[in-house]
Amino acid sequence: MSSTFDTVANIIAETCDTPRDTITPESHAIDDLGIDSLDFLDIAFAIDKAFGIKLPLEQWTQEVNDGKATTEQYFVLKNLCARIDELVAAKTA
Amino acid sequence: MRPEIFKMVDRIVTIDPALKTIHCQGLVPEESSIFEGHFPGYPIMPGVLLIEAMAQTTGWLILARNRFEKMPFLATVKEAKLRTFVVPGQNLDLHSEILHEGSGFVVAKTHTTLDGKPICSAELTFRVLSWPEGRMKGTVLKVAEHVQFPVAEYVDA
Repeated sequence: MSSTFDTVANIIAETCDTPRDTITPESHAIDDLGIDSLDFLDIAFAIDKAFGIKLPLEQWTQEVNDGKATTEQYFVLKNLCARIDELVAAKTA
Repeated sequence: MRPEIFKMVDRIVTIDPALKTIHCQGLVPEESSIFEGHFPGYPIMPGVLLIEAMAQTTGWLILARNRFEKMPFLATVKEAKLRTFVVPGQNLDLHSEILHEGSGFVVAKTHTTLDGKPICSAELTFRVLSWPEGRMKGTVLKVAEHVQFPVAEYVDA
């Protein structure tokens, strides 16, 4: 079974035509990989489907805009994957 | 249908927000300034307006699901197929089904038929955002009544 990171990295590579080997757990989806908000909708759709969850993008965006969180907390891939794992765990709990 | 002012849906035939489906109709008018250019002496509905018709159809469905709390804006068009010409006088059946409702976005599969035959189809993604300041929500509510949107059922007073 592939890890959360592998699944997410494969989704990004396929959605954004980004070479898979340039995507690492330390990559920032926006700053390093250049993913814009429109592409991120496609990625969120694919992640939601793959994991059976609903990424709370509106909440995250609000927190960043309000200064309560940084983009790194949600958009560095290792952090994004940790959030996904939390959402999956919450769903199955 | 009045394509020259982007009024692409005449009426909602059925809407089932719980099941995430909608069926609308739009009659392509005999006369429209659109046809002066598309094309002179050979009027056919522009494909982009057929996609707009399917987008508006989906828009009513999204508005019903969120009870007019937020406004859908078309963001992505995928897998668009325009199978045959649409000409003045044809009454189109516009169908849409929500595939996924994410946080701040909706993905829908939509298609159009004429007498049961496929005309066009596409997968559409919408950003679903707070209403802009100003009169937009009120204007959309007025249009909702014209297209027989069940306002009493799906809009909170």
